Amino acid sequence: MSDTLLEIDNLSVDYETERGDLKALRDISFDVQKGEIVGIVGESGCGKSTLISSILRLTAPNTRFRQGEVRFKGDDILTKTERQMRDLRGSDISIVFQDPMQTHNPVLTIGRQLVDIQHRSKATKAQKLDIAAKMLAAVGIPDPQARLKQHPHEFSGGMRQRIAIAMALMSEPDLLIADEPTTALDATLEVQIIERLKDLQSEMNCAILFISHHLGVIAELCDRVVVMYAGAVVESGDVREIFHDPKHPYTRRLIECDPGHIKTRARILPTIPGEVPDLANLPDGCIFRDRCEQATDRCHQVPALEKLKEGHFAACWLNHHEEAAT
Amino acid sequence: MFIYTVKRFALAGLILIVAVTAMFLMIRAVPGDPVSIMLGPRATPELKASLIAQMALDQPIWKQLLIYYGGLLRGDLGIDVFSGRSVVEIVFQQLPYTLEMITLSVVWSATLGIALGAYAAANPNTMIDRIAAAVSVSFVAAPAFVVALLALLIFAVQLQWFPAIGAGEGFWGRLNHLVLPSFAIGLSWVGYIARLVRASMLEVLGEGHIRTARAFGISERRIIMSYALRIAILPVFTVIGVGMGFLLSSAVFTEIVFARPGIGKLVIDSITTRNYPVVMGTVLVSTGLFVLSTAIADLLNALLDPRARSAK
Ligand SMILES: Nc1ncnc2c1ncn2[C@@H]1O[C@H](COP(=O)(O)OP(=O)(O)OP(=O)(O)O)[C@@H](O)[C@H]1O
Ligand SMILES: [Mg+2]
Repeated sequence: MSDTLLEIDNLSVDYETERGDLKALRDISFDVQKGEIVGIVGESGCGKSTLISSILRLTAPNTRFRQGEVRFKGDDILTKTERQMRDLRGSDISIVFQDPMQTHNPVLTIGRQLVDIQHRSKATKAQKLDIAAKMLAAVGIPDPQARLKQHPHEFSGGMRQRIAIAMALMSEPDLLIADEPTTALDATLEVQIIERLKDLQSEMNCAILFISHHLGVIAELCDRVVVMYAGAVVESGDVREIFHDPKHPYTRRLIECDPGHIKTRARILPTIPGEVPDLANLPDGCIFRDRCEQATDRCHQVPALEKLKEGHFAACWLNHHEEAAT
Repeated sequence: MFIYTVKRFALAGLILIVAVTAMFLMIRAVPGDPVSIMLGPRATPELKASLIAQMALDQPIWKQLLIYYGGLLRGDLGIDVFSGRSVVEIVFQQLPYTLEMITLSVVWSATLGIALGAYAAANPNTMIDRIAAAVSVSFVAAPAFVVALLALLIFAVQLQWFPAIGAGEGFWGRLNHLVLPSFAIGLSWVGYIARLVRASMLEVLGEGHIRTARAFGISERRIIMSYALRIAILPVFTVIGVGMGFLLSSAVFTEIVFARPGIGKLVIDSITTRNYPVVMGTVLVSTGLFVLSTAIADLLNALLDPRARSAK
């Protein structure tokens, strides 16, 4: 039995729009091993949310899967039936969505929603409520028994985000996907939640796919990191390796903009001069060319994601010295 | 919630006072001397004078208004000039007929409309969705009095499935007499509510919390029935509450077509005979009905939507 939990192979996803197809993901490949924590970083709009909703196939109606495979425990998710997908969702794979204010049903109590997601369990309602209260306590919500009777609007954004995390952890999934789960939290709470996720990860040995634009959090939590730019993976590898020896100019700029310490806040996205290319009308060559200070003539051709050493990949011509010499 | 309820009813009371005052002034502005019409051409001047005094028509208008409000506070809406019976008694005798007709119309049309709208939204752009849309549009375009006349001609006169006139006796008799009138009033609402629910359901189904429910493998049926529908039907209450005025005016036509007793028929009869106390009483009760139904709609909304509850 292999240790690979999730494999994404050459995945390309478009959004059909009035302006034509918006190429939100292009040729994405990476994998997640069992029990591993993988971070995804990239500027706003680079396709992080599209990527994770593709894994659960909970995408917007105008989404088109153009090519590639998403394999979970060896089976291609994109060819599963809706029924098979439902069995996977919230049991083997669970997810914390990006916007905590939109995550919960506004007219049902939190308790009801936490009980409903345990629909696969045979426990009684009282037992389910007990489990729900325990999970809320575990993510640091005081007085959980009373809180279960409240509606979402009676909770702050940070609390809702923690409730979303509690919901995702409830079924002890093999893969937990979290889309910027700490953005609505203050620094101390963020540290707490990260610690909690780490504990849980070692307790239940689940893998985590963790999205953040806060490099400090990624450095603290993750084993490996995938750097995305404009719908493509530009670099991926071991966290320490990438932070100490980034091989793509975009990664370097990201690290310069946000040196990345978990205690310092980086709510605002790192800013790099220049604009992200229009995904509906992509330029030729390397997508980062327009913003890259080291761009050369070769960058008019698209660089492939090359393996530089074991577990370190980058898509940049600068890493091809011997070829450049000829 | 308690404070909100009190506030909402205070507002309803205020609206009612304004509406009654306006109505009072409007009726007095209608040309024609009510006393001569009531008493006929052969009335003696003494008789006229005593009726004028009795109805306080010789007083300045503001004093008449005060007298009217004074009576209102005591539950006295005046006396029917022809029969001498109290207006309150007459109006409340007719009111149940109209209420049962409107209630039945709303219940059947809202139930069917919500079901159609929810089904169409759950299966958008399918054959059934398109058929429902086409039927909805044609229903919306059908005014109650036209439907009432057609229904009368087809189902009562031609096929003789249902009685044509009156209100019937006993529970089943009354229900039987209600079928065609409430069909006529409710028909345009079916399409209207179906379209409303379809639109709001589609909007709700696109919201983040529905995606969360799906992400936890909750069945689509459960999502529609208990996660989305509860939010999607909220506008229906508002629309029916505000639509009470429209329902009452449909009731007037329908009661005339089917020769049914009710406040619609009462108001028409009393306007043609210049029976002012009865006109005022009927208008007052139907305005009260309208104000009450909008208040109830708001309260229901607050009850079903915790966000609205705490915002107020
Ligand atoms: N349903 C949709 N239809 C068309 N375009 C979309 C749709 N959803 C997202 N996009 C576009 O696809 C691109 C990727 O969006 P995505 O939400 O995946 O970015 P992201 O990396 O999660 O950004 P953020 O950090 O702001 O959450 C963006 O350009 C976005 O505008
Ligand atoms: Mg996102």
